[in-house]
Amino acid sequence: MRHLGVLARIQLSDEEVGRLTGQLDAIVDNIAKVSEVATPEVPATSHPIPLENVFRSDVAGDQLTPAQVLQNAPDSADGRFRVTAILGEEQ
Amino acid sequence: MAKDKLMDFDKALELYEPVLGFEVHVELNTETKMFSAAANPANSANHDAEPNTLVAPVDMGLPGALPVVNETAVRYSISLGLALGCSIAPSSRFARKNYFYPDLGKNYQISQYDEPIAFEGSVEIELSDGEIVTVPIERAHMEEDAGKLTHVGGSTGRIQGAEYSLVDYNRAGVPLVEIVTKPIFGAEHRAPEIAKAYVATIRDIVIALGISEARMERGNLRCDANVSLRPRGQEKLGTRTETKNVNSMRSVERAVRYEIQRQAAILAAGGTIIQETRHWHEDTGTTSPGRPKSDADDYRYFPEPDLLPVAPSLELIEQLRAALPEPPAARRRRLKGDWGFTDLEFQDVANGGLLAEVEATIAAGASPAAARKWWTGELTRIANSQGREPAELATPSDVAALQGLVEAGTLTDKLARQVLEGVIAGEGTPQEVVDARGLAVVSDDGALIAAIDEALAAQPDVLEKIRDGKVQAAGAVIGAVMKAMKGQADAARVRELILERAGSADA
Amino acid sequence: MTDLTKLSAAALAEKLTAGEVSSVEATRAHLDRIAAVDADVHAFLHVNGQALDVAADIDRRRAAREELGPLAGVPLAIKDVLVTTDMPSTSGSKILEGYMSPYDATVVARSRAAGLVPLGKTNMDEFAMGSSTEHSAYGPTRNPWDLSRIPGGSGGGSAAAVAAFEAPLALGSDTGGSIRQPAHVTGTVGIKPTYGGVSRYGAIALASSLDQVGPVTRTVLDAGLLHDVIGGHDPHDSTSLAHDWPSFAAAAREGATGDVLKGLKVGVIRELPDSGFQSGVSASFRAALAAMEAQGAEIVEISAPHFEYGVAAYYLILPAEASSNLAKFDSVRFGLRVDVPGGTVEDVMAATRDAGFGDEVKRRVILGTYALSAGYYDAYYGSAQKVRTLIQRDFADAFSQVDVIATPSAPTTAFKLGEKIDDPLQMYLNDVTTIPANLAGVPGISIPSGLAAEDGLPVGIQFLAPAHEDARLYRVGAALETLLVDSWGGPLLDRAPALGANGGAR
Ligand SMILES: [Mg+2]
Ligand SMILES: [Zn+2]
Repeated sequence: MRHLGVLARIQLSDEEVGRLTGQLDAIVDNIAKVSEVATPEVPATSHPIPLENVFRSDVAGDQLTPAQVLQNAPDSADGRFRVTAILGEEQ
Repeated sequence: MAKDKLMDFDKALELYEPVLGFEVHVELNTETKMFSAAANPANSANHDAEPNTLVAPVDMGLPGALPVVNETAVRYSISLGLALGCSIAPSSRFARKNYFYPDLGKNYQISQYDEPIAFEGSVEIELSDGEIVTVPIERAHMEEDAGKLTHVGGSTGRIQGAEYSLVDYNRAGVPLVEIVTKPIFGAEHRAPEIAKAYVATIRDIVIALGISEARMERGNLRCDANVSLRPRGQEKLGTRTETKNVNSMRSVERAVRYEIQRQAAILAAGGTIIQETRHWHEDTGTTSPGRPKSDADDYRYFPEPDLLPVAPSLELIEQLRAALPEPPAARRRRLKGDWGFTDLEFQDVANGGLLAEVEATIAAGASPAAARKWWTGELTRIANSQGREPAELATPSDVAALQGLVEAGTLTDKLARQVLEGVIAGEGTPQEVVDARGLAVVSDDGALIAAIDEALAAQPDVLEKIRDGKVQAAGAVIGAVMKAMKGQADAARVRELILERAGSADA
Repeated sequence: MTDLTKLSAAALAEKLTAGEVSSVEATRAHLDRIAAVDADVHAFLHVNGQALDVAADIDRRRAAREELGPLAGVPLAIKDVLVTTDMPSTSGSKILEGYMSPYDATVVARSRAAGLVPLGKTNMDEFAMGSSTEHSAYGPTRNPWDLSRIPGGSGGGSAAAVAAFEAPLALGSDTGGSIRQPAHVTGTVGIKPTYGGVSRYGAIALASSLDQVGPVTRTVLDAGLLHDVIGGHDPHDSTSLAHDWPSFAAAAREGATGDVLKGLKVGVIRELPDSGFQSGVSASFRAALAAMEAQGAEIVEISAPHFEYGVAAYYLILPAEASSNLAKFDSVRFGLRVDVPGGTVEDVMAATRDAGFGDEVKRRVILGTYALSAGYYDAYYGSAQKVRTLIQRDFADAFSQVDVIATPSAPTTAFKLGEKIDDPLQMYLNDVTTIPANLAGVPGISIPSGLAAEDGLPVGIQFLAPAHEDARLYRVGAALETLLVDSWGGPLLDRAPALGANGGAR
């Protein structure tokens, strides 16, 4: 559960880890039944309505103004988004 | 950090067999991005845009935004796949590669995973002695680039120790093709050279296709070099390291050499190689550890539900195949014949990765000999001294214009080198530098004659000596005149005028 | 003067076109209604302060004899999952509190272009995860039929807004029933169009391969009118269908004549026995089928053996896609940021997502992360995608025998607020009837079929049609609606208890 929290970037408290573990166990038990009928010869469907070759022609548009880009920024500087240090000190 | 121990290269090769692999990312120069209609900064028309000015909603992962595939990027990718001798998948699809990083607006990269657009190919590369090596290609797939981070604070401008980072999403969504080789065996002591020649060949191919600006210093072409060593006679592959984003051909060569020497020293001392990414440091010529591979590298790939499969028709594939430029090896043979270079002269150009530059310089009006001379001579010398690539310093049209000024008599060779310095310093075109610096040859005979007379006054016996047949005596006067003119005179013309003077006095 | 809020959108539009009523009057009537009842219902997260200005502009354009669409001047409530430039878009989450989109969702842009007047943004389960609207970060919406009960979810706000006469029309989104199940529990009409029939551009994604935007209304004709406005190909959505759609309003009008029921083959799924439903729900369902049969429809039992795997497949595919779609909420570019003194950006992201996401979102994101993680993909996500194929095959078999499939829209009537909130699995099983349509991409409609005898609460009947056959749902839905409303002597909602200022808030 802690590992999943790291992968999903959610800082789970001990209480949350405990609660989620129990709930997810029950849910996973229930949904694991998909493998009963998912035999090798059945193809997977990732799109409900099959289409292919949906393209856009290479013509400019849709560009946001810099003000729109930064409109909701929690923090910014020099026209860019600002975030705290990305890695801790050099190990 | 402790300095790496290195083993002598030849010794390393005696003990270990290097196995190479490359992942080259090519930024396509389409008008717009891979999945949005924002202008593409990898197209030179947009490359110096201000931060966050080339951003559409999907590039920064705005809620509700959706990607739509750029048709031109698909065509370019197919062409590149074909040029790499690959098969084109009858149907390929995009996948999400999930990981959190601030330069990734959606916190997943849209890439291709189990169904790349191109697979199973090979490219022939030519080494400095003319030997051809075949590099096997595993796949070439379409994906999007990430934004750019600037690390602020701390001493180095690097990620470690920075106080904060700034994010610019202009580059986010730039169309990329990632070319992945299979393991390359048998490289032996030529491993560094193969690395360099491989990247040079990819660069030649994408330039010939016209699908990328291929400016390595701008990151249009980026190479990750995988190196592993195995003891002689061992079947099992050694643990590899992946040196990321090596951004010049010269650095690729150096990085591979460094990793071979570094890994050999560790293995010989009984150590083990850690599977990790490594960073290349241009300044010190070393690599340093990046991120170790770990189970945090669980990218949770799954088919991109917002995009549909790409299923190019056979007609399209054949149409693109028919439009392919000649393969690099054939091109080399043709250029060598056209240019009339000797083997050595041609290898000089090819090994310097300067075929495209020389070709473009000739196309801009210079003679083959002059184009070769500039690129392999002065430009390469300056580039080496600055740790850059010749192509970063000047454009082929600048070089052709410079040579034109020499041939028109406006510049002497020496002046031309000064003008080139101005061009490299960003002072403008050769003509603009000539004008701004006032560097043209003094072609006004009046000024030259005045300077000659002044010199002759100081050395009155010279004319006499010339008349006596000791023509070489003119040299001293020429030297004095050139000095007085600060080099901006045509020495041959000065000589002519001195001889005339001696003649006319005689008459 | 008639109470303008009680009119259907079609009737209101007629009065607007005839010049009997102005858009300002209609809009003000709805704003007044919101002011009177929404403290109780809590359908809206945001009420549009510019609504009267927009309405005045429509009136001015009408006065200038500009050509206006059939719904011009009619107020519209917008589910908060849809981004809007002039109102915050939060998707019911704290992590997006106050977020202002620089662009409009395509359906919103089309609604504006058609002259609809945005009234506000409606409440929803956070990121559309839920069946009760209790998972909204901004507090639950209450069912206008009984304020102690849930209005369904995730689009409980949109359904409650139309049921409470706070808006004649609303936009919803349906990933596993979020339009149809709220319609069922509030006595309203909801349609999930064929996947790709309505643009998803600007709908804050929950599960990309399941999400579909659609109309939420009180009548089938109103739904058709709104569908005509929002539907059709959008180049900004790669999954949008370049299909030539007929007018759905025309289909509804045609259906209202009733002829469509003659010879119509209606499939009833053997694997969804009455025993799986609350007794009043199945009784209402059976009565509706009998009414159709009396008009010449033929009820055919069909088999859909893989539907029983639908919920399991859905609760793998949805969390998997959602875990990826919700990764963008990371504190860097927009939304909440929780400062972590001395922390790295990774710490800030993790703390923000912990504070900004509610329990249900965390549950599903973690579940989806698990289902996609190395070594589990084939067993979970991969297998779920195969179940999808099997359910599509079940539909193909069924539609080779029948014109439409009918089911009760949900197993029970509205349950009490809080009743299932601590039992996610129970909550998930609520979607058993609606999920197959999302997995297969086929369209579905829920219309009121009556009230359950045991609790007097609304029940809906769902019809499903083959992909692209949305018009068939409008014809059949309108036909049954006409029959039932005639038999009731007026719309079902006339029997809902009065609310707020108009009749004593509880
Ligand atoms: Mg790589
Ligand atoms: Zn890549």
